[in-house]
Amino acid sequence: MKNDWRSRNHPAWWAFLVHRVSGVLLTLFLPLHFLTLATALQGEARLEATLRWIDQPIVKLGEVILVLLLAAHMTGGIRLLMLEFMPWRDWQKSLLAVAAGLTLAVGLAFLLNLT
Amino acid sequence: MSTLEVKVWRGGEEGEFQRFEVPRLESQTVLDVVTHIQRHLDPTLSYRFACRVGMCGSCAMVVNGRARWTCRTHVADVTDGDSLEIAPLKNLPVIKDLVTDMRDFFDKWAAAQGQFHPTTTRKDDFARVEPESPERQQVDAGIECIGCGVCYSSCDVVSWNPEYLGPAAMNRAWTLLNDVRDGANEERLAAVAGDAGCHACHTHMTCTERCPKQISPTAAIAGLKRAALKAALKGKL
Amino acid sequence: MSTRSQVYLWAAQRLSAMVLALCVVVHLITLIYAVRGGLSAAEILGRTQGSAVWAAFYTVFVLAVAIHAPVGLRAILAETFGWRGGLLNITVAAVALLIAVLGLRAVWAVIA
Repeated sequence: MKNDWRSRNHPAWWAFLVHRVSGVLLTLFLPLHFLTLATALQGEARLEATLRWIDQPIVKLGEVILVLLLAAHMTGGIRLLMLEFMPWRDWQKSLLAVAAGLTLAVGLAFLLNLT
Repeated sequence: MSTLEVKVWRGGEEGEFQRFEVPRLESQTVLDVVTHIQRHLDPTLSYRFACRVGMCGSCAMVVNGRARWTCRTHVADVTDGDSLEIAPLKNLPVIKDLVTDMRDFFDKWAAAQGQFHPTTTRKDDFARVEPESPERQQVDAGIECIGCGVCYSSCDVVSWNPEYLGPAAMNRAWTLLNDVRDGANEERLAAVAGDAGCHACHTHMTCTERCPKQISPTAAIAGLKRAALKAALKGKL
Repeated sequence: MSTRSQVYLWAAQRLSAMVLALCVVVHLITLIYAVRGGLSAAEILGRTQGSAVWAAFYTVFVLAVAIHAPVGLRAILAETFGWRGGLLNITVAAVALLIAVLGLRAVWAVIA
């Protein structure tokens, strides 16, 4: 038999879930991102047309989510590197708070600059 | 006197929870509750225990969804209102009721080279290990494991990858790796490295959260990851 | 796959993660700076076209992610679908190649 959410309900497990989900979504997004940029091969006008498509509010929302996913995956990843490569004892939970805080800060900076 | 609503797993892999009403007592442990059911309500209930004082590691069960040593778990600390749900450990085959087959768990200790391989004989002098040395400190951090299986039951990587050695076996390997008297570290690192070993750990830290002895197998596994990488780079893996 | 190869895959993912951490910081700062006043093709291409520095940066970025993401995907496929063995490794290698090719093509598109 396997565990359910009562067993998993603790900060490090949630951090894992964020890391895994963001990793999968970012990997799925990558080809789209690359194909979009590659429209520049057909000239600046084509890239400009693609960028104007991005201006739609719903796509903008997706963009904000992607920035948050990227920031979360990076800060969470740095936390993991520190846990794996540095000797540690009692400061794991503070690392999580730092990672979450930085992620929000990046998201906010992006949002404030969008307008 | 109030009563506890207790749901207890009955059967094997297939089965269901059976309801019991157990008198609520002061300073009652979860093991007391299970024992009350077996002695007064249903003598066919199967469960394991031996020492009742947190030394032997045989009474671990899943209480309200979390693996715990039941002899040292007070009902007051884990009840959800007045109800308890008691199930066998996860990630191990259920033999009957609250008893699991722990063979896989202990076989993996052996597979992780959990045996001590001495480098001296009884004719040699005692080994001198400085209590303050970094190696001894690492051993101290993990040596109190009682083999209860709480971490193994809690680990999702075990659920997702049945070959995975699990937290307790690798914690054991880490304490031996830091034992300066042991002579089998190359074999041990080869045994714990890779996809079925330390490098599959995702740092969920559920083992560390749940260990009743406050050991951090996650830290031990992180140590093994680094040591195995070093060995690989030196061509010793 | 040998145990040593498995350890090297793990190490490659961590090493690429360290490179990516730096790349992503630069990327996020650039991004937050670039979206001020809206994105335009002229602004983006004006920054990147003919720039050896951006060319080198994005090439490293693409190659690091082409290592990092597929190794993560390998663990996820194995754990979620119980998929292990040769076919898994070939699939993951194909994903790595796809990311590298699409990525380098995108770099070429904004630099050349």
